[in-house]
Amino acid sequence: MSFDWMKIPYSLLTLFIVVNYGFLLNALIQKIGARVGRRHGIPIWQNYVDMIKNYGLRSSITHGVMFYLGPVFRLSGGVGLLLFVPTIYGSYMFSNLSFAGDLILALYFVFFGTLGMALGAGESGHPHAAIGITRGLSQMTAAELPFGLAVFSVALQYQTLSVTEIVAAQQGGILNWTLFTNPLAVTAAMLGFLGSMMRPPFDVVLAPQEIPIGPPTEYHSSYLALMQTNRAIFPVAKIVIYMNLFFGGADDWLTFCFKVFLIYLWSAFVGVVFPRFRVEQSIRWFLVWAVPLGVLSIVVV
Amino acid sequence: MAMKPELMKRMVKGPDGLEFEVEPLRDYYCEAPPTVMPAAYIKIVEDLFNWARAESIWILGFGTGCGAIEMRPLMTPRFDAYRYGVQWRPTPRQANLFIISGYLSTKTLKRAIRAYEQMQNPKYVIGLGSCTINGGMYWDSYNTIKRLDDYLPVDLYIAGCMPRPEALLSGFMDLKKLIRAGKGEGANKYVENFDWYKANQKRVIHDWDMPDYNW
Ligand code: SF4
Repeated sequence: MSFDWMKIPYSLLTLFIVVNYGFLLNALIQKIGARVGRRHGIPIWQNYVDMIKNYGLRSSITHGVMFYLGPVFRLSGGVGLLLFVPTIYGSYMFSNLSFAGDLILALYFVFFGTLGMALGAGESGHPHAAIGITRGLSQMTAAELPFGLAVFSVALQYQTLSVTEIVAAQQGGILNWTLFTNPLAVTAAMLGFLGSMMRPPFDVVLAPQEIPIGPPTEYHSSYLALMQTNRAIFPVAKIVIYMNLFFGGADDWLTFCFKVFLIYLWSAFVGVVFPRFRVEQSIRWFLVWAVPLGVLSIVVV
Repeated sequence: MAMKPELMKRMVKGPDGLEFEVEPLRDYYCEAPPTVMPAAYIKIVEDLFNWARAESIWILGFGTGCGAIEMRPLMTPRFDAYRYGVQWRPTPRQANLFIISGYLSTKTLKRAIRAYEQMQNPKYVIGLGSCTINGGMYWDSYNTIKRLDDYLPVDLYIAGCMPRPEALLSGFMDLKKLIRAGKGEGANKYVENFDWYKANQKRVIHDWDMPDYNW
């Protein structure tokens, strides 16, 4: 197999677009949340300013090697997730580095960042960070379970592990989307989706009012800025997977932006309506409501 | 100087039977003194950073006196400080602005110093209420400090007892002007006059049981 060098600049372009879109989207979703609470909320460019400021801080201290690597792992988790999945269906420029069987790799990358973060935050030695990680990992596992089941169900349904082929199978009309051909799997996955977006009711891990802000307690300056960048990439990358698997993918950037926004809005919508769960409550919720749906979807397929 | 027993130098027996000496203040903390952090070399970069610092003020959520109650309304729809780029952070590592919201008892002062020193340069301090300026109505109390400026480098005072949230908002606006003009150098001032600040702090804190600078 020959490697197509032209893919590298194109992938970087994808990354650039997604980072900017992610920053704006995050702020927009926060603004929507604020509007529901009758506030104006942060300015739409606030995340950029925060990032510049964090890079601009003059001092930063370290707690060891893993402390450095935590944010790096996290960022590479987000970037990897994005780059190994075709962003725009049918476009040579933006199909990135996708290949047959990339679905498994994507699943792996979803978890990769969290694990790296766990190691890094663990080295910071702060008890709040350790508690945050314990909570984060257990909730994450519970939330990934229905998603994983749904992915298997979809893979069985289309008899392939390639995201591109799954998208291809959904072309030709809205009724071909997995949403309509396999509603059980999509429901299970969308319930799991709530758990990984760090919005209420499942944001106990990162909520500032709980054990202060969880894993990143000790992170500051450029470390934090790296993680902020990841906060822009990761949700979008994750939503791209959902979009490709369940909602027919996107043919151009306009559809892409629109679909990603709508899927993100789903978590924001649930977030402003429901109060926060404790960790054991949310795990129970996932196991009771989402996992059986996922199992059922596999059985039905 | 009374020291807590767990901070004393002592012999400890490890799980493998080896005995070794532990001196908590030496072994567990970094002893290096803080240094002056120069601004970015190129002026336009520093200006950009200063602008970003002014537009993204992260407050440490730490309330000391009665004035703390005035910070909470700022998060509500009525005042909504978020639209000015002011946000609250729960940990000193990520915060830039420390609002001393009222009187500081000497006990709290110790915590305030620890929190302040853990913040990253550049950092700013706002003294809220007359208690931080001259002791306010606690001027003759045996247990509170009178002038905050003797212990931490204050960038801005907001006078009143207690100041309204509007006063805080306008204080933020003034702080932004200071930062943008490059005058928010409290952290470096603290380092330059480190001995003076430490002497003042140690004069009122009698049970000093922490390293000189809490990294
Ligand atoms: S200035 Fe007044 S309101 Fe503020 S802490 Fe002092 S006594 Fe309380």
